[in-house]
Amino acid sequence: MLELTPKEIMENRHMTINPCKTCEPVGAMFCALGAEKCMPHSHGSQGCCSYHRTVLSRHFKEPAIASSSSFTEGASVFGGRSNITTAVKNVFDIYKPDIMAIHTTCLSETIGDDVGSYIMDMEVPEGKTVLYASTPSYEGSHIQGFSNMMIGFMRYMTKKTGTPNGKVAIFPGWVNPGDDRELKKIAGLMGAEYIYFPDHEGILDHPMDGKSEYFHENAGTKAKDIAALGDCEKLISMGIYCSLEPSEYLKKEHKVPFSNIPVPVGVKLTDQYILELQKLTKKEVPKELEDERGRLVDLMLDSHQYVYKKKAAIYGDPDIVYGFTALCLELGMSPKYIITGTPKAHWEKEIKELMDQYGVDESEYVVKADTDLFYLHQLIKNESVDLLLGSSYGKQIAKAEDIPLVRMGFPVLDRYGNPIQATVGYAGAIRYTEKIVDAMMDRQDRDAADEDFDVVM
Amino acid sequence: METENSNRNILDARKSSIVVKDGCSGMGGGISCDSNSVSGSVSQRACVYCGARVVLNPITDAWHIVHGPIGCSSYTWDIRGSLTSGEDIYRNSFSTDLQETDIIFGGIRKLEAAVDELMEKEDNVKLIFIYATCIVGVIGDDVEALCKMKSEQYHIPVIPVKSPGFSGNKSTGYRMACDAIMNVLLPHKSEEKRTAINILGDFNLAGEMWIIKNYFREIGIDVISGFTGDTCYEDMIEAPKAALNIVQCAGSSTYLANRMEEEFGIPFIKVSFFGIEDTTNSLIRTAEALQNELARKKAVEFCRRKADELENFLGRYRKNLEGKKAAIYVGGGFKAISLIRQFQAMGMETVVVGTQTGKKEDYEVIESLVKSDTVILDDANPAELETFMKEKGADILVGGVKERPLAYKLGIAFCDHNHERKFPLAGFEGVVNFTMEINKSINSPVWGYIS
Repeated sequence: MLELTPKEIMENRHMTINPCKTCEPVGAMFCALGAEKCMPHSHGSQGCCSYHRTVLSRHFKEPAIASSSSFTEGASVFGGRSNITTAVKNVFDIYKPDIMAIHTTCLSETIGDDVGSYIMDMEVPEGKTVLYASTPSYEGSHIQGFSNMMIGFMRYMTKKTGTPNGKVAIFPGWVNPGDDRELKKIAGLMGAEYIYFPDHEGILDHPMDGKSEYFHENAGTKAKDIAALGDCEKLISMGIYCSLEPSEYLKKEHKVPFSNIPVPVGVKLTDQYILELQKLTKKEVPKELEDERGRLVDLMLDSHQYVYKKKAAIYGDPDIVYGFTALCLELGMSPKYIITGTPKAHWEKEIKELMDQYGVDESEYVVKADTDLFYLHQLIKNESVDLLLGSSYGKQIAKAEDIPLVRMGFPVLDRYGNPIQATVGYAGAIRYTEKIVDAMMDRQDRDAADEDFDVVM
Repeated sequence: METENSNRNILDARKSSIVVKDGCSGMGGGISCDSNSVSGSVSQRACVYCGARVVLNPITDAWHIVHGPIGCSSYTWDIRGSLTSGEDIYRNSFSTDLQETDIIFGGIRKLEAAVDELMEKEDNVKLIFIYATCIVGVIGDDVEALCKMKSEQYHIPVIPVKSPGFSGNKSTGYRMACDAIMNVLLPHKSEEKRTAINILGDFNLAGEMWIIKNYFREIGIDVISGFTGDTCYEDMIEAPKAALNIVQCAGSSTYLANRMEEEFGIPFIKVSFFGIEDTTNSLIRTAEALQNELARKKAVEFCRRKADELENFLGRYRKNLEGKKAAIYVGGGFKAISLIRQFQAMGMETVVVGTQTGKKEDYEVIESLVKSDTVILDDANPAELETFMKEKGADILVGGVKERPLAYKLGIAFCDHNHERKFPLAGFEGVVNFTMEINKSINSPVWGYIS
């Protein structure tokens, strides 16, 4: 497996090998699936839509519905106006969504399709919304596409009536439906009235009810709530790369102040989320949350000797990797390689600051944005690690180098049950502490000589 | 023909792609297939690039460089489950990962640098495919010219794969892949002929190519090369010496067979190794086409023995499966035909059958095999699949990755007969695996918990 990866690190390559990112449109599609009765629409060749739906479907193990403009030779020469006009009519006629959220692709961007003006010119059925976001695949990564689509929704739907609604807006960034449930649970326990956007709970983890519907009742952020974001008192947004630009947009357009915090993975970052909520609700932290935190700390304490100074390679999307780097540091582990494919150089600085907080010297780790898993593999060939933390795409490295892999982030294509459970919050940290400790202890058992093999550990 | 229930969520433009066998208005002009998807429908169809990539991807020692933004490369990284007995270069993902500046100033220099870098760093590069995705032509990159130049410079085939997604559908992509394969083969045209075959249209999913090759070894027929499952450059260039091509996945590879016939004078026959009946017929017909009487006798004997071995096994499972209803939604028409026959052998009835790329003649065969009232669909979307599976009371759907969650949501069992199959479904071994897969999904207790 992966025998061609040489040990000598190749600097300034002209090829991306084994990417740690994908293109913007899939992020836009994922984001749009988190609004109630919303049909994501891919304005490009039909392969794009098909690929995005497939990867989402493989991760969530749920249908991911989206439509496509199905570009042909003609559209690529004369532009995609007639495709999008036909598509809008067909989508509302047949699938009957409330919202159609169009994102562009490399093709429609390169040929210069002005989707915004096409939308203005077309007939949209009464009470329905057509919106769009520009998501050229040759910029950023899927994370940028997610962020752009957040702004797309707000540009077309969010209003400021001037009457504050007293609610807090919560932007969770790119998380799983299990996380949506957890983040809303915490907000509820802290007594917050909130608008949560986007919300994939009930959409990409829909309970088995024997029905196959395009759009589920009471699932996803409601159109009236997206409209009401402008009247919120405050915004708590998570993750710089998924949520900062949308937060700035909401502040600039509708004067809603915000706190942008990291995705709450682990003890401290969850504390930070709760404190942000507390600032608004002024409510004491309820016993339920305190107990949950207590159980997490108790678990960390019980198991700490099995993970202390274990070296981890953490790879994936910038916001979730930041959260997991924090969790590893809290567990006393040594994040050794911290990698994202998303091309945002500033991220390296943020990781460094986090490592500084734990007194880890720069010589002890490598952090790199805008890179790929080929590079990570080369690093590991030079100095191996005890644990891989990231998407399923690390499993080739895990096999080649015989390193345990704990799956997190996106995409997890080869395991079941992950997206319906929490990664964030104390509950998520309990789950991942168990996974990481299990991985280390399973390895210890596997490698133990008979005389060292213990039933009680 | 038109569907009876006007309430169904079927687009007008799609109606000619759906027929019900023996329906009231008759077949008229027959099914409308092989056309482009309608804008705004939730199609399950992929694009030209996807078609080209799935055909070429299993070539184990080729460097598959995707020229374009990152998506096309990342979505097709190690997707096929095609096994290798040699190199595993094909299991990596290589992309020029074009950025905005490349879009403005052109990406050809980046591509050239990528090829040069590869040639400098790697010894023994034998074959490079360069996939031109959607925007490559639009930004003016002349991939063909670059490939020609690099082939001459490095004395290896650097082959362009013209696969902009918009330039047709998945079938177009298959043709582009076949053209790319021909570009590898053409310099190796040979007067020398061997009484041996090539196997076209098998991708060695879960090791199926190995099973088929074993059968030919058993009956004394030599196999030169497979296209493209577990093949490598050295095997490929021997292919023009074959006396016969056998074509398994007709949708992807008939075009290649035609071109090999034109260029190298190799005749071909269409075969299928799914199910006892089709496997047996295919082995016998191959021997007959080679006029190899000994091989024919061996094939008859071998297949009878294998079929006998399976009799008890199938008998055991038949009581679990008899009377159940199957829906089929697969890529090619030929596979659909084999599946209908296999379900018949299990005592099951096929009630819905659809393909993504079936041809008119495939649909004619399908119609001749199924009972009246069976719904036949071309390029079905989830709405149509759902409507007809529910209406016909299907117990199991056989399809690909995108259909799995749909079936499960409807409380219908599922069997992956596409990239995600984990057990070989070809040959006599495949009959065992397929029957067990159908049985374990259809008879799982989980369906009993759905309220």
